[in-house]
Amino acid sequence: MAHGADRKKPYLRIEGVNKSFGSFHALKNVTLDIAEREFVCFLGPSGCGKTTLLRAIAGLDIQTTGRIFQAGRDVSALPPSARDVGIVFQSYALFPNLSVIDNVGYGLARRSTTRESRRGRVAELLALVNLGEHGAKYPAQLSGGQQQRVALARALATSPGLLLLDEPLSALDAKVRQYLRGELRALQRKLGVTTVMVTHDQEEALTMADRIVVMNAGAIEQVGTPAEIYGTPSTAFVADFIGAMNFLPASVSGAGRARIEGLELHVPALNGTVMGTEITLCCRPEDIVPADDGAANAFDTKISAIEFLGPNLRATLVPKDAASRSLTAEFSATQSRRIGIALGGTLRVAMPGDRLHVFARR
Amino acid sequence: MTAIAAGERVRPRASRDHWAMAAALVLIAALLVIFVALPLYTLLSKSFENADGGFVGLANFSKFLTTPALSISISNSLQIALAASFITTSLAFVYAYAITRSQMPLRALFKGLALLPLLAPSLLPGISLVYLFGNKGLVKEWLMGESIYGPIGIVMGEVFYTFPHAVMILVTALSITDGRLYEAAEVLGAGTVRKFFTVTVPAVRYGLVSAFFVVFTLVVTDFGIPKVIGGNYNVLATDVYKQVVGRNDFQMGAVVGMILLLPALLAFAVDRLVQRKQVALLSARAVPYIAKKSPGFDFAVLAFCAVVSLAILSMFAMAACASFVKLWPYNLELVWKHYDFDLTDGGSWTSFWNSIEMSALTAIFGTAVVFAGAYLVEKQTGFKKLRGVVQFLCMIPMAVPGLVLGVAYIFFFVDQANPLHVLYHSMAILVINTVAHFYTVAHLTAVTALKQMDGEFEAVSASLQVPVWRTFRRVTVPVAMPAILDISLYLFVSAMTTVSAVVFLYSPNTTLASVAVLNMDDAGDVAPAAAMAMMIVYTCIAVRLAHAVLSRAVLARTQAWRRR
Amino acid sequence: MPEPMPEMNLGARLKVLAAGAALALATAFGAPGGAAAKTELLVYTAIEADELPGFKAAFEKEVPDIEIKWVRDSTGIVTSKLLAEKANPQADIVWGLAATSLMMLADQGYFQAYAPKGLDKLDAGFRDKANPPMWVGQRAWAAAICFNTVEAAKKNLPKPESWKDLTKAVYKGALTMPNPNSSGTGYLDVSSWLQLFGEQEGWKYMDQLHENMAWYTHSGSKPCRQAAAGEVPIGIAFDYRAAKTKADGAPIDVVLPKEGLGWDMEAFAIVKTTKKLEAARKFADWSITQSVMENLYTKGYALIAMPGVSKPVAGLPADFSKLLIKNDFAWAAKNRDRILDEWRKRYDAKSEPKS
Repeated sequence: MAHGADRKKPYLRIEGVNKSFGSFHALKNVTLDIAEREFVCFLGPSGCGKTTLLRAIAGLDIQTTGRIFQAGRDVSALPPSARDVGIVFQSYALFPNLSVIDNVGYGLARRSTTRESRRGRVAELLALVNLGEHGAKYPAQLSGGQQQRVALARALATSPGLLLLDEPLSALDAKVRQYLRGELRALQRKLGVTTVMVTHDQEEALTMADRIVVMNAGAIEQVGTPAEIYGTPSTAFVADFIGAMNFLPASVSGAGRARIEGLELHVPALNGTVMGTEITLCCRPEDIVPADDGAANAFDTKISAIEFLGPNLRATLVPKDAASRSLTAEFSATQSRRIGIALGGTLRVAMPGDRLHVFARR
Repeated sequence: MTAIAAGERVRPRASRDHWAMAAALVLIAALLVIFVALPLYTLLSKSFENADGGFVGLANFSKFLTTPALSISISNSLQIALAASFITTSLAFVYAYAITRSQMPLRALFKGLALLPLLAPSLLPGISLVYLFGNKGLVKEWLMGESIYGPIGIVMGEVFYTFPHAVMILVTALSITDGRLYEAAEVLGAGTVRKFFTVTVPAVRYGLVSAFFVVFTLVVTDFGIPKVIGGNYNVLATDVYKQVVGRNDFQMGAVVGMILLLPALLAFAVDRLVQRKQVALLSARAVPYIAKKSPGFDFAVLAFCAVVSLAILSMFAMAACASFVKLWPYNLELVWKHYDFDLTDGGSWTSFWNSIEMSALTAIFGTAVVFAGAYLVEKQTGFKKLRGVVQFLCMIPMAVPGLVLGVAYIFFFVDQANPLHVLYHSMAILVINTVAHFYTVAHLTAVTALKQMDGEFEAVSASLQVPVWRTFRRVTVPVAMPAILDISLYLFVSAMTTVSAVVFLYSPNTTLASVAVLNMDDAGDVAPAAAMAMMIVYTCIAVRLAHAVLSRAVLARTQAWRRR
Repeated sequence: MPEPMPEMNLGARLKVLAAGAALALATAFGAPGGAAAKTELLVYTAIEADELPGFKAAFEKEVPDIEIKWVRDSTGIVTSKLLAEKANPQADIVWGLAATSLMMLADQGYFQAYAPKGLDKLDAGFRDKANPPMWVGQRAWAAAICFNTVEAAKKNLPKPESWKDLTKAVYKGALTMPNPNSSGTGYLDVSSWLQLFGEQEGWKYMDQLHENMAWYTHSGSKPCRQAAAGEVPIGIAFDYRAAKTKADGAPIDVVLPKEGLGWDMEAFAIVKTTKKLEAARKFADWSITQSVMENLYTKGYALIAMPGVSKPVAGLPADFSKLLIKNDFAWAAKNRDRILDEWRKRYDAKSEPKS
């Protein structure tokens, strides 16, 4: 996979990029390296600046300050036409009056000298995105997924060094989206084109990206592999934004210990924090496990609500020693049958210390 | 934020496209400044000057207001405009209501009939009214002894002339009402009357206000109808003509022009406001209202629409017939001689062909400039300020009545010191003036079409390193072709029928059909005037039909993608 | 499948476009060219439009290298147009405009003197007294009343015989006349009444007339045409229009009031600043040749500048010229502005139509 050794020599380098629209700062000092052949997702809620960053990379909306290097070349001030990027927009922006063949071949007129080579390239691209037999159709005659692939083929036609995808799947329905995720990822690996994709869909980012850049309010919150982002969120924002998370207000009650009302837990991550510090303890629902008597951080809870999710079951648990708090836990269907979960019943659970994340209280 | 101040500001390097666009934008801006802003400025300054060009402050205005012959025109104009606006808006509301909210048969036909007056010069109703209600009129008795010459005739003519404008506005307002509101009202048990006053009226009140003001402005600034049928009833619009053409008193003409600008500006402001409010009314989830069948109501509105359309048609029919009658009312033999315009005072077939030429040039050049301008404003990024300026300039013509623009042009171009004086008395000035006069509506049509296009076409072609003009030609223009054809039709028909601005600008070599109608009527050659007016109508109908055929052909060729 | 346009064609394409644009612009600007280099003579005139093609054809047949461009409007409008252009006159020659207007303009130094060939053959009254003259008359036209007999019978209107008759209450709303501000005929009516009745009585007369007036028209032709159509049964008009309208079959009588008829001359004068002096002089020469006088000026006009060429005009009595008042042109020209202002003050303000 792309990260590792390759990353030493970044293909795309973003250095201290800021963008302001009047008094609004859309990007705040963004610095990021992207390696060659890497698939990076910009993930964040709407308005976080991810699309702004993408458009700055493309040269569509040039940053106010900061620099961008592509393949060692400073492209900071260049217009899109002088950069080496292919773009797929959320709307696809297919030319409605041109056939699929003409759409895909649109950028080739200047490059391929002969008609034959142009035609050959278009056929190749259409085959690549499995649209070989649709060449003569107009965009409106295609399904959403097919349109998306035409847009992709058009962006790839000129063999750009960098492929930029702006929410490319968001306009599609769930099934098609899921299928295309795989297709897109496979295609990217096959071509080895460095790719940046903007998305607000964490599942999309987690399944497709080599690395995820989580953004919030114009700044980067965390950069890491999907596993790193999910497993060890570095900020409360990331913890909250990616997956489900229980947030518990607590205070430090001793070395490596924190207290939530009457409940005291062992929190290894806390070593060295001053007594009495107000913190937030976080734990993912699937990390709350049914406990044996001797387990660490085990406590009794009352089951106050149950939600059936198909393969899983979601339970709302109220700790006996912290009755004003509640926790969401998820158990597999088999597990829940075994331990006999019932509304109003009691359940002893544990929150393993190494699965607890600590963030300063805001 | 300090972080931004810290770094060095990136100065985007402009692409060739960018410079080309900048140049084009500057060109459009320059054209608009020269042909819209500067003439209006000249008008403004003339109104504060004496005949020798010295600044005299408000002296001209006070002279105007203290000359009873002139100031009485203000109250006359106001009365006429109020009456016509009230009548037109009421009739148009019922008519539009019938078209949009009933299941009466032939709704599309009625809508088409309501728009017919757009194809005629405003002088036509004046002429027809003389034949219908004049002292020797066909149905003179209907006026019960009142004279058609004066306020009654003017108001009747203006209602005919402004009716399509009001109907268009109100049909739009009525069709965007959310059908769900009616369902809600029905569920709540509201009766028909209550629904009308609690749902319909509030929803279209902006449309009503807008229609009222648009009609008001059209009437105040219309010159053709009062000229033909006003008798000695002076209004502001005819005053301008008298001052400028009759007496060459440019200062007083400028003063009346400025005064005529006021209601137009007001109407413009109201219209803008209304547009903004109206958009908000229609949420994305609104459901179009579908009228239920209701035989009694449908029959009543059908009868109403039939009467109104019949009135419209009879105006055309009257002029058409009158143009063949040998000597009204004594010799009703039908003859062709009134179409021999070369034998009349003030008309000739040359004027007719001049009009065709002028309208064709207006349609061709006007559409090109308007569409290119709209594209630059709408689809280009960068030059924010310049684009803002251009956008503002594009909106000005809507607020300027043709009459005022015509006067402004004469002041601006008659000046020998102006290098553009060479345009004076040319065909070019008529074309330019007409394009400027009808710029805004054409511009807004183009903008609407461009807005419906994907906003990223330009970004895509930039990233594919395809020059912008190529995408403009291969994608933007073909996709917008229906709108482009609509704009050319609008410009052609408007150029064919307009009188108000060009009456100040034509020369002996560039007489126009609409002006010939005016001059022939002036000289008492009423039948030839009717004949020429009908020639304009026939031409507009022919062009309208040609447009329909052409649109269909172009659609079939370039818009195959629209068919699924 | 539409093939993308190859890049190299762009140059060629632009050339075609440029040529097309140039052509269109040339058309738009009315670029000169085409036929041979004819001298274009810009002629300002107030002569009835239906006569102009005849004059143009006849002159251009005689002098093929000169082409006439008419600027035609009613007398008042042509006059104020000329005044407005005083600083930079456009016209080459003013031709067929009321002598009162020409004299006023001549006083302002608008024209240059020229004695056309054959000037001595004209009646002495039909030219400027100076030698060479500033202006030369062509023919005269006089006031006349068009009286619709059919409508009169229906409404029991007696046939008027004098100007004074027209002030009778029976004619209320049955009268139109041209506005003297725009129409030369209107002005000759007003100035003749002021000369006939004296200033004070004249204005009093017009006050009474105003009571009967349905409306004032812009052009001198309209009152008679409206009388012909029965729209307003009596129109204060002029001889040519009255005779012609009657000849066209309208049910009208031409009434020549017994107090006498106001009249004015159609005359021409060469503009001082013309750059086409030679052409203008050729046109002036042609304008007073016997054949023009005899064959063209006489169509409907009884009073011609050249003695002896007039022909009787159908509908006008043979002794028509005896009815003309002794017109003081100098007075009418000098007081033109004052009289028109007074008229406007009195009658323009009363805007309601009488009926």
